[in-house]
Amino acid sequence: MFDVIVIGGGVIGGTILRELTKYKLNVCLLEKENDVCMGQSKANSGIVHAGFDAVPGTLKAKFNVLGNRMMPAYAEELGVKFVNNGSLVVAFSDKEMQTLQALKERGEANGVTDMEILSQAELRELEKNISDEAVGALHAKTGGIVCPYGLTIAAIGNAMDNGAKLYTDFEVVSIEKNGEVFSVRSAYGEEVKGKLIIDCAGQGSGKIAELAGDDTVKIGARKGEYILLDRESGDFVSHTLFFTPTEKGKGILVTPTADGNILLGPTSEEQATPCTDTTAQGLAFVIEKVRKMSKNPPLYNTITSFAGVRAYSDRHDFIIEESKKVEGLILCVGIESPGLTSAPAIAKFVVEELVGNKFVLEKNEAFHGRREAEYFFKHLSIEEKNKIIQKDPSYGKIVCRCEQITEGEILRAIRENPPAKNIDAVKRRTRSGMGRCQGGFCQPFVAELIARENGIALEEVTKNGKGSNLVTGVSK
Amino acid sequence: MKMNYDLVIVGGGPAGLAAAIAAYDEGIRDILILERENKLGGILNQCIHNGFGLTRFKESLSGPEYAARFVDGVLARNIQVMTETTVLSLTKDKKVTAINTQNGVFVLQAKAVVLAMGCRERSRGALNVAGSRPAGIYSAGTAQKYVNIKGYMPGKSVVILGSGDIGLIMARRMTLEGAKVHAVCEIMPYSSGLKRNIAQCLDDFDIPLYLNHTITKIEGEKRVTGVVISKVDENKKPIPGTEVHFDCDTVLFSVGLIPENELTKGAGLELSPRTRGAVVYQSRETEVEGIFACGNVLQVHDLVDFVSEEAELAGRYAANYILYGKTERDEVRVSNGKNVSYVVPQIIDKNIQGNVKLFFRVTNTFRDCTIIAKCGEQVLLQKKKKIVVPGEMESMLLTEAKLAEANGEIQIELEEKI
Amino acid sequence: MSVRSLTCIECPIGCSIEVTVENGEPVSVTGNACPRGKLYAENEVICPRRVLTSTVRAENGELIPVKTDKPIKKDETFDLMKKINRVVCKLPVKIGDIIVENITEDINLIATGNAEGV
Repeated sequence: MFDVIVIGGGVIGGTILRELTKYKLNVCLLEKENDVCMGQSKANSGIVHAGFDAVPGTLKAKFNVLGNRMMPAYAEELGVKFVNNGSLVVAFSDKEMQTLQALKERGEANGVTDMEILSQAELRELEKNISDEAVGALHAKTGGIVCPYGLTIAAIGNAMDNGAKLYTDFEVVSIEKNGEVFSVRSAYGEEVKGKLIIDCAGQGSGKIAELAGDDTVKIGARKGEYILLDRESGDFVSHTLFFTPTEKGKGILVTPTADGNILLGPTSEEQATPCTDTTAQGLAFVIEKVRKMSKNPPLYNTITSFAGVRAYSDRHDFIIEESKKVEGLILCVGIESPGLTSAPAIAKFVVEELVGNKFVLEKNEAFHGRREAEYFFKHLSIEEKNKIIQKDPSYGKIVCRCEQITEGEILRAIRENPPAKNIDAVKRRTRSGMGRCQGGFCQPFVAELIARENGIALEEVTKNGKGSNLVTGVSK
Repeated sequence: MKMNYDLVIVGGGPAGLAAAIAAYDEGIRDILILERENKLGGILNQCIHNGFGLTRFKESLSGPEYAARFVDGVLARNIQVMTETTVLSLTKDKKVTAINTQNGVFVLQAKAVVLAMGCRERSRGALNVAGSRPAGIYSAGTAQKYVNIKGYMPGKSVVILGSGDIGLIMARRMTLEGAKVHAVCEIMPYSSGLKRNIAQCLDDFDIPLYLNHTITKIEGEKRVTGVVISKVDENKKPIPGTEVHFDCDTVLFSVGLIPENELTKGAGLELSPRTRGAVVYQSRETEVEGIFACGNVLQVHDLVDFVSEEAELAGRYAANYILYGKTERDEVRVSNGKNVSYVVPQIIDKNIQGNVKLFFRVTNTFRDCTIIAKCGEQVLLQKKKKIVVPGEMESMLLTEAKLAEANGEIQIELEEKI
Repeated sequence: MSVRSLTCIECPIGCSIEVTVENGEPVSVTGNACPRGKLYAENEVICPRRVLTSTVRAENGELIPVKTDKPIKKDETFDLMKKINRVVCKLPVKIGDIIVENITEDINLIATGNAEGV
């Protein structure tokens, strides 16, 4: 019997799970996919927003500003790279310059510090590749970037190291409540019982709430398409560049990622059925806007394009509260942008306030919040590398040549919490296959390591879970 | 551990092997080949089809057989080799940092370095092909590794984008191993592969080649379930209404090769935007003295025979550099003119004795054309060609006497129908 | 009388060849740059042949590249692939070793790669 069952292994579920392990609680995480971080937390812009966007008084405004302040230390503790690169909202007309002034005032109302309006000359000074048409910008110095899946995986891994239990391939099909106890069943007939459910299921959160007996949660889907450029072009821009927002939204952005690539996008397309296909029109739209924002974008250095789906609620604000219909069901739903930024603050609030309402929270003295950095090896000195290789020679073998990832790091990703069970899971943890050849060279080798470590045949190794097998059989 | 070598060769594929042998035969004994795989031979090991070596050995060899001739040459000369060793970085003063399980990370000091890292395939991601991102999407070379080295079938029902040689070879190979190849699509109006590969890999097996077509959508959530191909107009834009759907579980991409020059760039060498390889003299020495480049890391070749030839040049001149040091140069630049996409070498040093063979590619298919080497308005050499295609590397020999006439930049151009 | 157009596969040049055929017999060949092209075109009309390359499984599971030491009848390709796929080869092997003697006609299947078999 668990005290708390968290449903949904994205950044919200992950950070809440970790926060829960700071207390003497028996907790678990249910994830419907073969790995954690398979929904919108893996395919978003990775921006740590300053907080000038949200309407004052909303939950978005509150948690954004709190989360922004927490993020540097939070990421550092989990060994995840955070870069305080600053955001620039770029204006292309005098009218947009006025909007920037309003945005700055809104930011101040939300408690955002360190903002200033830049002239065209000052903007060009900061970004050499900015379009000649850009007339000025709002510079929000507290804006940053973080690897969204790195953060999610690290939070869940750290929670597991502190005692949380993870169930993957656990697609919830029924939730029953008998007295004070929920019993949650998976499509495969597994069952877990718990006293409290936290619904962080993103796109599926409406369905989870409904299964638990609350039919009031209405979730919409909005797709965003992205283009990713090679690290070789990583210095194309240094800040996160936004267009001045219009009634239609924030528009696309041009930003470095925490790992040193350049990310372009996203589009914003309403969807009846969530689908992460990229489209020719979507990608063409991104390119058109990037060309408006910047001079000669190095699109020849494109290494991949992808899409993510953002779940939003009909309130157009975060919903973070106990269900009014089902006691013991806590809703963390409609967490669209700035959800990643807000995650650490939301997690703290949910655990201290909402869970704290239900249980007497007793500190877990054994909690250890630090986690060693992922794919750290490349950045070590020769002496440090050799110390590690001496202990474990597998760190002396490069598997992914583009990102220079060693066998040791891949084995660690396969063995460590949360264990990587497929190719994409290894990729998100180590960056192996994330580079310019997109796994062309390393994939067969990584597949063999996964097969060997799990004692399975290579035919059983998947790209990202059931049905995504890499090969269809042996050739002889 | 020995830390100083006369010559360090990065890569033990066909280029690295030939360079090592040539340097040895020129009198250098202190040579080390660094190879990241567990055996020498490079990509040839997975190219089990035949057709290699016709130019060089006058017989048709499979990839492993061709490689073995050079591996045997290296072993017979007792040239030192470190396999499963990856070079991490290189500096202009020829310090080579490498890593393996036995020695950890180590820094070698070389008197000369030959870069022979080969190339990689362009991936699906680089093309912005729309649709989903399921399992079953491979570059042709990755599929080749699965089938020929690992012994697994990447799929049973295949559509191939790109008619480069590896794509054509894999169309046949997958068919032989029991898969159904529905189509090979090529966005250009011509195939970039060799004509004989169209004949023996596609025609022999009734695999249709769709010229002026590209894949406009990939379908399938977990594993590929199908693709849509469309005809393209002269600007390579898909024409609405021409879509054809294929059910398949696999898509192979054979859409071009890119020299793997990360080490080269890391050492601060400028790359030619045309070849994406280093800028070299006819000796295959780069603009940094003592660093040479050859094979597919310098320019993507069609035939390994020419890789070996180029690597021997690099090996020989690297040996000369080690033995005699830097020499005075008398430079003439070589550039691509009308209808020519690139020329290698980009610089000729007139103080180096001997004729110079220029390698280049044309920008389109031309019939009954003339290739001209010019210096200003002066025609140094011209050569009539019945047909030239972008997919096949062309060459032209400038004799020492002709070179003596050139007192400025040499341009290679193609005149249509004269 | 009919004319067949072929692409020669003997070398990378890939000549476009035309063969005039009468009663199933080649009577003239044009377009070839060398004698091998003529021979290829004539054979292509009478009985097309190809060197078949593939792999066989070795006893330790690794794959050994192989080829037929002479061109086989094109029609027999898939029958031979079935035979090749059933072969389990002993180790070690060296390039040129016969893996299957007379796999068809007087043609042998030979190794094109070396393997120690550790």
